[in-house]
Amino acid sequence: MKNIVPLSPIAEGLLKTVAGYDGEFKGAYNIRQDTECAGRRSSDNIKILPHREGKPGIEIHVAPGTKEETVFIPATVTRGDVADLTYNDFYIGEEASVIIVAGCGVHTDDDLEAKHNGVHRFFVGKNASVLYEEKHIGEGSGTGRRRIDPVSDIYLEEGARMTMDTIQLSGVDYTDRVTTAALKARAKLIVRERLMTTGEELAKTRFDVVLEGEDSGCDLVSRSVARGQSRQEFFSRVVGKARCHGHSACDAIVADEAVVTAAPQLDALSPDAALIHEAAIGKIAGEQILKLRTLGLTEEEAEAKIVEGFLK
Amino acid sequence: MLELQNVNWTLPTGEVIIENLNLRIPAGKLSVVTGPNGGGKTTLAKLIAGLVQPTAGRIYYKGDDITDLDITQRARLGISFGFQTPVRFKGLTVQGLLETAAGRGLSFDELCELTGMVGLCTVDYIDRDVDVSLSGGEIKRVEIASVLARGTALSIFDEPEAGIDMWSFNGLVEVFSGLKNQGKTLIVISHQQRLLDIADEIIVLSAGHLRDQGPKDEVMPGLLAGEIAGHCPVGRKESA
Repeated sequence: MKNIVPLSPIAEGLLKTVAGYDGEFKGAYNIRQDTECAGRRSSDNIKILPHREGKPGIEIHVAPGTKEETVFIPATVTRGDVADLTYNDFYIGEEASVIIVAGCGVHTDDDLEAKHNGVHRFFVGKNASVLYEEKHIGEGSGTGRRRIDPVSDIYLEEGARMTMDTIQLSGVDYTDRVTTAALKARAKLIVRERLMTTGEELAKTRFDVVLEGEDSGCDLVSRSVARGQSRQEFFSRVVGKARCHGHSACDAIVADEAVVTAAPQLDALSPDAALIHEAAIGKIAGEQILKLRTLGLTEEEAEAKIVEGFLK
Repeated sequence: MLELQNVNWTLPTGEVIIENLNLRIPAGKLSVVTGPNGGGKTTLAKLIAGLVQPTAGRIYYKGDDITDLDITQRARLGISFGFQTPVRFKGLTVQGLLETAAGRGLSFDELCELTGMVGLCTVDYIDRDVDVSLSGGEIKRVEIASVLARGTALSIFDEPEAGIDMWSFNGLVEVFSGLKNQGKTLIVISHQQRLLDIADEIIVLSAGHLRDQGPKDEVMPGLLAGEIAGHCPVGRKESA
């Protein structure tokens, strides 16, 4: 294993925010700090190893039949002029159920870019279940760009299930998220994405999901709030190759001079593929504000309450 | 309790919806506002709650002129308004809405009492979002519960019966009677006989004018007399 670098106070703060770090992680973990490793531990059922192809990054092996264990793999960039690229491969054994707490914080106090690019591959075995939680945040007083570009390639075997719960609420100037998935029979993919952009931030999200097997299904829901002069772009493509159910939804609240683009694509390559997309983009409904004001809230309090619920 | 003096409300197109309305709502009573569709009932409710501002005239609450107060200020003075068509929220739960209405956290027992009053089972509903997943009848009950949660001196309900089944409606009639007995002032826009029956006072609004106001026994017999039926603007103009 590579040398372990000491955890910096900035990284510790970021870890608290993105991964609930309170001085230790219970269970297996790998902490990444400025392209290096600031801590690693395997457990009986979850082994964390260097990447077999010699790439920067790790492999996470979850033993078949593992029940309800959690593994933490947060990444931090604590200063400008760091471009972190990591390849993390997850091998989830058959019938295992595991919670993966990812999350990434980027911090810069100068005018140089702080960037993290995490390329994840998930190989989820038959009837295994994965809950993937990921929180992104950008911090620091500098003008340097805070950038996070996550790539997730998901392969779900028969009966496998994966839930991705992702949230990015503030401070990330640029993000380009790409998620691809291929699902075999009876596999399910659930994505809950929450996003808030302000200032001149730009957030791009692309989903490309192929429902290959009979009775596979996906439910992709993206909820976002765009403020200031920020921009958001949402692209989704769901391909149904067999009898399957695919649902994608993009709900966005737009305020100020922000711009949101949503472009869904549904490809039914089988007459038994049932694919649905819903998109709703607009400002906060005036009647929602009126209702909350009749309950005694000011207009500002009402807006905050609506956004809080929308992104909860 | 509440007084409207020479209140007018005119659409930007010039169409008069409420014209020279003078009205006194007695304190601690249940007043039912009824009358034909398009007669100005919902506009009256919105004028009182501050959702629309009169184009002329003044509104007094407990002796104070509230005409220039906005919705929030009137709500904080103790005026509540239950919408005819409830508003849906993505991500706001029934519990969240009721606690927002109450202005504080609510215990399970308090939530039980509130949802029970409108015929909803607490366990099934408190975690539900107040969104399109609720049926018309369910969300209407949540809307009524949000007004009840505030416990204000004056509550206005705009057609609370809409979408409520007969069995739950019986419970609702009891709730309104109970509030009246607690000394609360209620203004209920309704066409329901059951509500008219328990009203202390009936207010008949037609074509933007106060057609009649008084105790049930005096107003009911003439309720349907002299109306030009329908929605035709020409007919309404002539009747006015």
